Amino acid sequence: MAQYKLVKCTINGKAVEQMVDVRASLTDMLRNDYRMTSVKKGCEVGECGACNVLIDGECFNSCIYLAVWAEGKHIRTLEGLLKENGELSDIQQAFIDETAVQCGFCTPGVIMSAVEILESGKDYTDDELRKLLSGHLCRCTGYENILRAVRKTLDKRLGKENAE
Amino acid sequence: MYDIKALYEATSVQDAVKLRLEHPDAQILAGGSDVLVQIREGKRAGKELISIYMLDEIRGVSMCDNGDIRIGSLTSFSHITKNEIVKKYINVLGEAVDMVGSPQIRNIGTIGGNTCNGVTSADSASTLFALDALIELTGSNSVRVIPISDFYIKAGVVDIKPDEIQTAIIIKKESYENYFGHYIKYAMRNALDITTTGCSVNVKLSYDKKTFEDVRIAYGVAGPVPMRAKSAEEFIKGKAVNEQNIKEFSKMVLDDVNPRDSWRASKALRLHLCSELAYRALSKCVELAGGEM
Repeated sequence: MAQYKLVKCTINGKAVEQMVDVRASLTDMLRNDYRMTSVKKGCEVGECGACNVLIDGECFNSCIYLAVWAEGKHIRTLEGLLKENGELSDIQQAFIDETAVQCGFCTPGVIMSAVEILESGKDYTDDELRKLLSGHLCRCTGYENILRAVRKTLDKRLGKENAE
Repeated sequence: MYDIKALYEATSVQDAVKLRLEHPDAQILAGGSDVLVQIREGKRAGKELISIYMLDEIRGVSMCDNGDIRIGSLTSFSHITKNEIVKKYINVLGEAVDMVGSPQIRNIGTIGGNTCNGVTSADSASTLFALDALIELTGSNSVRVIPISDFYIKAGVVDIKPDEIQTAIIIKKESYENYFGHYIKYAMRNALDITTTGCSVNVKLSYDKKTFEDVRIAYGVAGPVPMRAKSAEEFIKGKAVNEQNIKEFSKMVLDDVNPRDSWRASKALRLHLCSELAYRALSKCVELAGGEM
């Protein structure tokens, strides 16, 4: 028999609540109940990172996270990065400028990992960035353009002189 | 949607214990990075689950009054790596769990789940063996604390009674004080890979740094469960710190280990790794301890 539970959380800053099937993953809840379609269903076993979202400031693969665990949590998805009139954030623009997007399926997940990196306020070497981005599979770009987009945005935010 | 028969959410450790007794066939669910994946694969599909993930009371690292380090079983790998107590006193454990899966997996995966799984390849387990860790199990009427070597029974099976929940992992002060540790994970790629064979070493040198006072070496994937190489440890205790003794030690580990052929690697490769990783990890520990070879 189906078992439901009321789950209250905030999604991109907005307080929401919904009766959720306890068998649902957080990906299911975000896509089906809240139409957050940037959260992609990829491997569904926590390997590809396409469903990556921020929960209380840390990255999680929402496919292997139960929807009921979202209770009381602050969840952020790619939709939350857009500004009032739909303008792109710096990291999204950098992905376009560096051609870090081809088919685009992995992109929202990678960008949310980049958001966690950028918001840490710390500087990282390229090797450290590679490790921090290692939870994502991209079959198009070969990763170099993704790394460059994150690097350039990080340098700009840190006010480095050589940043464009 | 997951193929779950029913989900019971524990509100406290004692509630989890009660739920275990009420639903003896239910599977305990911590972070879920193994259990939920196995459900997806069909292996544990259609089961009842007891979720303990929301129990913050068994999350976090703390220093006890007597100097022992207590790691709550639900502490995530990334929180262990970032923890100041871990960094200062048992950095090797923080480094070891920083090699698990990917950043997202390290945010959801818990050290309790990693050990309760009972698998030999768990990146935390070999280092916990090398640290002589203790496992705390809370039941309905009692709390048991047992050595990690007794906790592992056989591949995939650990010593948890039907009414128990693993609540903490404890590292005794005498097990880490003046020890220097190093873990090497050998795998085919740097991220999202299971250890082919892993080796963790802890070393205490004499005051003049010329003699091995104590050496503990543990392996993952050198047998059906994580294990120590006791005869090699006995050999090197009290010996002089030099290249020749470390070489001899790295040969002697082969008397203790028992790896197998699997689709991931051959027994021959794993035996070679056991020896080579022992040499490299012990040499690194000597360097960390300020000794010279």
